[in-house]
Order: sequence, then C-alpha cells, then structure tokens
Amino acid sequence: MQENLLIVKDVVKQYGDYLALNKVSISVPKGSIYGLLGPNGAGKTTLMRIINQITAPDSGSLLFNGVPLTKHHIAEIGYLPEERGLYNKMKVGEQALYLAQLKGMSYAEALDKLKFWFEKLDIISWWNKTVEELSKGMAQKIQFIVTVIHEPKLLIFDEPFSGFDPINAAIIRQEILELSKKGTTIIFSTHRMESVEEICSHIALISKSQTILEGPIEEIKKQFTNSTYEIITANKELMETDCFTIINKKGNTFQILLKEGKSQQEVLQSIIKDIEITSFKKETPSMEEIFIKAVSNA
Amino acid sequence: MRKIWLIIKREYLVRVRKKSFIVMTIVGPLLMAALLIVPSYLAYESQEIRIIAIEEDGFEFSNQIEDTEFLNFSKITSEESSFLKTNFEESAYYAILYIEKENFTLFSNHQISLSVSSDIENQLEKIIEHQKLKAAGIDLTILEEAESTVKIVTKIISEKGNTSNSQAEASMGIGFICGILIYMFIFMYGTMVMRGVIEEKTSRIVEVIISSVKPFQLMMGKILGVALVGLTQFALWILLTFVLAGIVEFAFMDINSITTELNPEQQSIILSEISNFMGGINLLQIFISFIFYFLAGYLMYSALFAAVGSAVDAEADTQQFVLPITIPLLLSFILIQPIMENPDGPLAFWMSIIPFTSPVIMMVRLPFGVANWELFLSVGILILSFILTAWLAGKIYRTGILMYGKKASYKELWKWLTYKQ
Repeated sequence: MQENLLIVKDVVKQYGDYLALNKVSISVPKGSIYGLLGPNGAGKTTLMRIINQITAPDSGSLLFNGVPLTKHHIAEIGYLPEERGLYNKMKVGEQALYLAQLKGMSYAEALDKLKFWFEKLDIISWWNKTVEELSKGMAQKIQFIVTVIHEPKLLIFDEPFSGFDPINAAIIRQEILELSKKGTTIIFSTHRMESVEEICSHIALISKSQTILEGPIEEIKKQFTNSTYEIITANKELMETDCFTIINKKGNTFQILLKEGKSQQEVLQSIIKDIEITSFKKETPSMEEIFIKAVSNA
Repeated sequence: MRKIWLIIKREYLVRVRKKSFIVMTIVGPLLMAALLIVPSYLAYESQEIRIIAIEEDGFEFSNQIEDTEFLNFSKITSEESSFLKTNFEESAYYAILYIEKENFTLFSNHQISLSVSSDIENQLEKIIEHQKLKAAGIDLTILEEAESTVKIVTKIISEKGNTSNSQAEASMGIGFICGILIYMFIFMYGTMVMRGVIEEKTSRIVEVIISSVKPFQLMMGKILGVALVGLTQFALWILLTFVLAGIVEFAFMDINSITTELNPEQQSIILSEISNFMGGINLLQIFISFIFYFLAGYLMYSALFAAVGSAVDAEADTQQFVLPITIPLLLSFILIQPIMENPDGPLAFWMSIIPFTSPVIMMVRLPFGVANWELFLSVGILILSFILTAWLAGKIYRTGILMYGKKASYKELWKWLTYKQ
C-alpha cells in the first residue's frame, strides 16, 4: 500500500451561516500528482487554505507525513494561490529573496537557489527590474519560482497555468512534472480537465462542500465506464441484437450499450457474421464527462 | 520572531528609500523654518517710513504730534493741500491728515493701513487727554510718577513643599507643539499603514505571504516597520533643524556679536530669565512621555487603520470606516485650545484618561504639571487599549485580507470578529 503524505479527515469549516466544507476527507499519496477538482465555490480554496494553515478547521484532523499538521510544516509546503500577486514597486530579485526568507530560508541559501532558478528559466535579466515593468506571464514565473524555491515536500498549485501563454504553460508543466519525478507530492487545482488527464495520477472531486469522488484516476475512470462501446462499420447498417442496444448513431459510427450479463465476446459474435467491422472500442469517459456527471448527480 | 523581523525590515526599507520620504525629510524642517521666519521677515520689510501731511488751521495738534519710528509728519498749508488733493499720486505723502477742531480725517489714494491710523489715533487721543487734564488742573508730572507696572510671579508648590516658577506661556508652547506633533504623526503614519494593507490586498501578494507567516505577524510587522519610519523621520527632522539653526546663526553673525557684547552681568540675567521661563517644567518627564504617547497612540490607532485597510478593496471605500476613527483624534485636536486654558478641569482630566484622546491631550496637559497617578492611569489604560485594539484588529484583518469584491459593512465586520481563527 502506498503511503500518504497528507491525510485530511472529516474537516468542517463554517463561515457564519455558510458551510464551506462539510466533513471533507482526502488522502494524498506520496509522490502523486493529486488533482483537486470541483465547480466554483465548492470549497477547494478553503480546503487549500486549511492545508496551508491560513485558516483553521472547525473540526476534523490533518496529518502530514503521519503526524498532526503544525506550523513547523509551513516550511515543507509550497502554495501558489489562484489570486496571487507581488509588490508592484519592488525589484524582482529583492522581492524573491524576501519571500524565500519568509519561508524560512537563510539569505545565502535563498540567493543561491534563486540564481539557479532564474538561470534555469532564463529570466536572470529581470533581477533588477520592478514588477510593474513585467508582463502578467512574467510575474507568474516569479511566483512559480518563489513557490518551489524552498524545495518543499508538498506543493499546492491553484490554477497554475492561468495567465500563461501556451509556450510558457508548457515550460511550467515540464517543471511541475520534473519536480514530481524528484519525489515532490503535488496537489493541483484546475478547471482545465485536459490538463488533469495529462498530468494527474489521483483526483478528488469536491462539490457542494463535500468530497464526492476520490482515488487514482484509472480507478475512477473504471467506475464511470459503463458498458458502452463504439463500433465503426465498413458500410452496412448495424442492427440491434439481443446482446446490445444502440444508443447513438452517426454515419457508420454506432454507440452501443451492452445488455446486462452479456460480454464483449458475445456482442462481437452476434454481429461479426453479417457485418464488416473496422473498429470496435470500449468507451472510457473523459475527465470532463466524469466531472459533469458526478457533479450533476451529487 | 525572525519572520516578523524580516517584515519590519522590508516595510522600513521600502519606505525610507522612497523619494517622497527623502523629500519630506529635507523639506519638512525647511518648511517649518520658513513658516517661522518668513512672516516676521515680511512684517519687518514692509515697515518703510511713511510721511503724513497735516492740514490744520493753527498749530494745536500739529505741534504736539510726534514722529514715530515709521511715521513722519509735516505741516502743509491749505493751498498745498488743495493742490495735493488733485495731484496726490506724484507726491511723496502717504496720506493727508485733515484737522478741523476735533474732527480728524485721513485722505489717501489707497486703503490706509490699520496700524497707521491706530498710531495716529493714539497720539491724538493722548494730546486731547493731556489738554483735558491740564484744564482740570492736574500736574502731568504727578501723573507720570503715579504710573506703575506690576508683574506677578506664579509659583507651584510641589508635594515635597518645594516651590518652582510656573510659566504658563512656556507650558502652553511646549504642550501645543507636542500635541500637534502627535496628532500629525498618528494621522500620517496611521494612514500609511492603511494604504500599505490595501496595497497588499489589491495586489494579492497577501495570499502568497500568509502561507508563510501568520496574518497577525504581517500586520504587526507592518505597524512596527512604519513606526520606525516615523521615528527616523522625526529624528532626522530634529537633527536637520539643529543643523539649519546652526547655519542661520552662522550666516547672521551680527546677532551673535550682540550677545557677546553684553557684559557678564547682563548675560547672567538673560540666562536666569531663560531658566526661569523653562523652570518648573519637567523636561525629562515631558520628553519620555512624548516618546511614549507618540508610539502608544500611533500603535493603537494604526491597528485600527490596518483593520480598515483589510476590510476594503480600494482606498476610496475607506471613508465610512475611517471617519469614526478620526473623530476622537480630530476632537482632541480641536480641544487643545480650551484645555490649555483650563488644564486641570474635568474635561482635561477625562480626555487625558480616555485612550483615544489621551495621546494628544495628556501631552498638552503635562507641561502644566499633572499628578503622577493621573499619568500612570492614563499610560496604563493606553497600553491595555493598544493590546485590545491590536487583538480585535487582528481578527478583522485576518478575515478581511482574504475577502475580495464584497463590500464590507459594520455588520460584516462584526461577523468577522466572531469567526473562529
């Protein structure tokens, strides 16, 4: 069994009359890229703030690496909030040094690591510029660096690709994957389902202040796979047999649903003698479909 | 602790390096000096000698009226007078004084300055007075001898039975300056804290920072950092004022030479007068209290300003919250005058105990002498109030900085106060 870096158990958070989190539990395995998904206002940001100890939960517990989360763990977590900014009038280098030191790094260490990252992302020439001279995408790069600079065990990114052009988004995605390869656990919140599919190994879906779905992405997909298949025929019309029903049809492409107790083999056997088949594929739902289905069912 | 120190350092350095800070530091004392010097310089410059023509049948008044420092009189004939009236522009006269029995009229082609007319009035009144006294048979020499001046020396009896000179003028001066300085400092630097908080909130940097430090640390770091900026500015002002005063003294050496020309006896008289003037005022106590009220008053108010800054999205929205904070401050400013007139009255007492007004009002009262228990009570209450406001402000602050786009109301603020952490 995979060990969990972070366990959130039955966390409740109430703001006045508004219940932001209602007994939310998630388990983030070590080394995973964990997608935290959910519609707007579901409570994702509140959960991330609780993990970062910006706010405290009303009840529930959090374990980090097996021990209760305390303020000493701040140095082991890096957080890139969705609403992020920098001091506009401050110089980039000075500002990055300040933020890195606030994470608990010494001046010399911070300077060293920053130089490394600035060179890696080829932005060393920005060091003495003020933030107002930079574009939004440029500022995002700085924010990314100061989030990861102290090499935390857990990184939390809230919409990390917003504000980036496709080229820079690809660079950042590359960096995130590299960090993951080095063993950093990453929690990652986004609305872009295609990037979830691309990089996440696990997901949790939060809707209306509750976790409605959690686990490795493959398992979740399996859960949502019902027995629908896509059949493309060479030319002939496909006729329903006692093994399946046709639920959708588009030219020579048919979407079929297996009847209860029937197997893939039986379906194929029932049609193969009449019809020439060019493609027979089990349909797996996209994350987007799962998202919409799960949220509207909840 | 290290983190709060980092925050203080940043808040301090960012502000001290600003051009506006450097400009204010240099211009401040110059402005102050200009305010003191320019009016008196201008008043002196405008005192040219003016010639007044007098037209009178006979010499009843024109013989007795005397030239003064800035006014010369000359008698003219009625022919000259009628000529003057048509050609006044070209003449060297400032005005014509027309005397007919006891009716006096001043003619001029422009508005006659008040000091000139009152000068002339005084002289004429005296002349008439003397005439009447003479007519009543009173010898003028007796009258002169009878004239006397009295000066009362006021002394304060302290608890130990010692007496010291009390000097209302000096007390008023010191109290007034200290009160105004504290008022200005709280206002300037309190709003500076507020603007800093709004800047962090609108730029969203606050989200990044509070994942590393507690909101309360961030708030206190900012407040303390700005306090150091204020103290630095104040210290530089004092230093610069001394340097400036030194330069002025050097440039006007003649003033110096006058004092050195005085014989030792005169010098010692002047010195004793100065110490008399300041004597009875406990300067050390005032200095220490000033630094304390300066800081404690600022700390309490700036915590409130920080809370306001955290509750709004833009500086334009601060009005409704800033007003109730500034009312007690404005009130204490307005009441400086009446309190100086009655520094031991109940108004003065209560205003110097209530923490929202005590920083300004206690400093106004102190030079007049305040009982120790009153001072300690005021100091104690102010410290407690600072702790309380910082605690309350911290609660509003930590919720406020993460709330965007929501127009905060008082009801909303109250809710934030009751949220658990």
